[in-house]
Amino acid sequence: MKKPRYLELEGRSFGYYLLLVILGCFIATGLAAFLYMEHEGHWVTRMDNQIVWGTPHVFAVFLIVAASGALNIASISSVFGKAIYKPLAPLSALLAIALLAGGLAVLVLDLGRPERVIIAMTYYNFKSIFAWNIILYNGFFAIVIVYLWMMMERRFNQYSKFAGLFAFLWRLILTTGTGSIFGFLVARSAYNAAIMAPMFIVLSFAYGLAIFNIVVVAAYSWSKRELGAALLMKLRRLLGLFIAAGLYFVAVYHLTNIYITQHHGVESFILLGSGDTNKIYMKVFWLGQILIGGIIPLLLIYAPALKGRTSMILASSLVILGGLSQMYVTIIGGQAFPLEIFPGKEVIESSFHDGVVNAYSPSLPEAMLGLGGVAIALFLVVFAIKVLRILPQSLADREIDPHYSEPQPAA
Amino acid sequence: MSDDQAINRDRRQFFGMTAAMASLAVAPGVFLSQVKSARAVATQAASDQNRWGMLIDTSKCASGCNDCVTACNKENGISGIHGTATDAQWIRKVTLRDKLTGYVQSLPLLCQHCENPPCVDVCPTGASMKRADGIVLVDKHICIGCRYCMMACPYKARSFIHEVLDEQKAVAPRGKGTVESCTMCVQRVDANRGEEDKTKHRDPACVEACNNNGHKAMWFGDLKDPNSEIVAELQKHGGQQLRPDLQLNTGVRYQGIN
Repeated sequence: MKKPRYLELEGRSFGYYLLLVILGCFIATGLAAFLYMEHEGHWVTRMDNQIVWGTPHVFAVFLIVAASGALNIASISSVFGKAIYKPLAPLSALLAIALLAGGLAVLVLDLGRPERVIIAMTYYNFKSIFAWNIILYNGFFAIVIVYLWMMMERRFNQYSKFAGLFAFLWRLILTTGTGSIFGFLVARSAYNAAIMAPMFIVLSFAYGLAIFNIVVVAAYSWSKRELGAALLMKLRRLLGLFIAAGLYFVAVYHLTNIYITQHHGVESFILLGSGDTNKIYMKVFWLGQILIGGIIPLLLIYAPALKGRTSMILASSLVILGGLSQMYVTIIGGQAFPLEIFPGKEVIESSFHDGVVNAYSPSLPEAMLGLGGVAIALFLVVFAIKVLRILPQSLADREIDPHYSEPQPAA
Repeated sequence: MSDDQAINRDRRQFFGMTAAMASLAVAPGVFLSQVKSARAVATQAASDQNRWGMLIDTSKCASGCNDCVTACNKENGISGIHGTATDAQWIRKVTLRDKLTGYVQSLPLLCQHCENPPCVDVCPTGASMKRADGIVLVDKHICIGCRYCMMACPYKARSFIHEVLDEQKAVAPRGKGTVESCTMCVQRVDANRGEEDKTKHRDPACVEACNNNGHKAMWFGDLKDPNSEIVAELQKHGGQQLRPDLQLNTGVRYQGIN
């Protein structure tokens, strides 16, 4: 195994510029959506006083959770000493920073008063998990940037293991904070559960790795650099493990709720579509989160007949769709189910939509803002790998696999 | 002009300048101390010697009567703009039916002014706050419009302002992109403190309207004053919280929910 040689992308091809232009267009439409919503007020979206967090939050929370997961490859190499992943550690850190930037951009631009973001940084209520998250997000940027710097600067390489350990611990706390945004909410039946924090951590492993896999394969295919089969197989199996672990946590969360009588209402709402005319959350849960985001990717990963890149990319793409579905069910489904203000009573009349399943469907500006955040993250990566030495020149097995052995010539 | 005259002129100018600069330096201080003393009067009102609360007798709350809602909207300048899904509602009427007995009743629902408000816990900037006298408010100057308080409130008491507002009431400033809820007509509560004649004290608009129309289903008062009417009524007939399991110790209590 040799020391990897990092090299910027040449980035002068038509395809490279086309990719930047496409991502730039998505960013521009996202910004246009933001200006429209900010100027008119949120009534132009489908968010209202019932569904207060809509599609922008689905994208924002997904990107933030995926950001911490994207750091996994770096953590596995620095903290757990897996040498084969070491050459990819800088890309892992870069992707983590970029995804967090994209997610936070969406979150901030969807605020009622986005120009007051400085207030969020200067006025802290330390009992608020949201306030803690603001510190955790800013800290994540700082720590991962330092970590990346220590990996890229030869003189500081020796400290990168320590920085990597610190970044790993920070990301665990960060995703605990993100999950606890929901876990700490006592009012709503779908939340108010300690398992939200570890569940978000395990789900982040899969979401972050799925995006990472696609970025690696795209970067190496399009730049015509070598990408070894052994590395791909490891990434593929790791994704399978994370998907299975995520499904386990989702199962425990629902089984606990099914056992507790108080939560039967919300469980039959999500799992069976009770009270939901179009059974939208039931469909998004079973088809989107479980089938498309869990079972099909597992089959694609573990089916003995499938070993190529295509099946891995397909599995990774489905995990991303499943992740967005999970966020939709968690965030919007959790709000669509009515608040239990009067246990044992049914609301037969209210001017404020009490006691009914709240209607919601994404509006165009919300979707544009959310996709704009994805584009910001990808644009940052595509730009950074051209100007910084992030990508190893080759990821061929003979270069990076410590267990690599030359194929024996036929006798 | 002799040298002495020139020196005197310079001295006069010097003294004049010094006096002007001293005035400039001192004036803001004098002005600010006046502002400070004016503020001191205002902050005196929110004392933890009081805990403002309400009691609602649902058996007296008439089905179909909306006077409390109308009065609140008028007092605080709330009006329908883009429909019930996005319009602000600080108080609303709700009709309930018991799932077992089928008993139907009607009641007003508003911010419960909890002692331990979840909206205050979750607010990242501290814009959601509880005054010393128990009234839960939103500081519109530092609300960033994240809506986390709306996620956290068990009573759905809060509204987000979804559009530009015109013609606001001076007593109830509101703003696009911020969250708001019932203030217990804090403008009236604070005005009462300067009025020694208790017969001139005004109840919140909803309570006043309910009394004026003769239903008398709502009481407002100081839960810490053993001589107040609301405490007497609570001691006589009790009063329950909504979602008592959450142990928020609400400042709004109900009678007759069964």
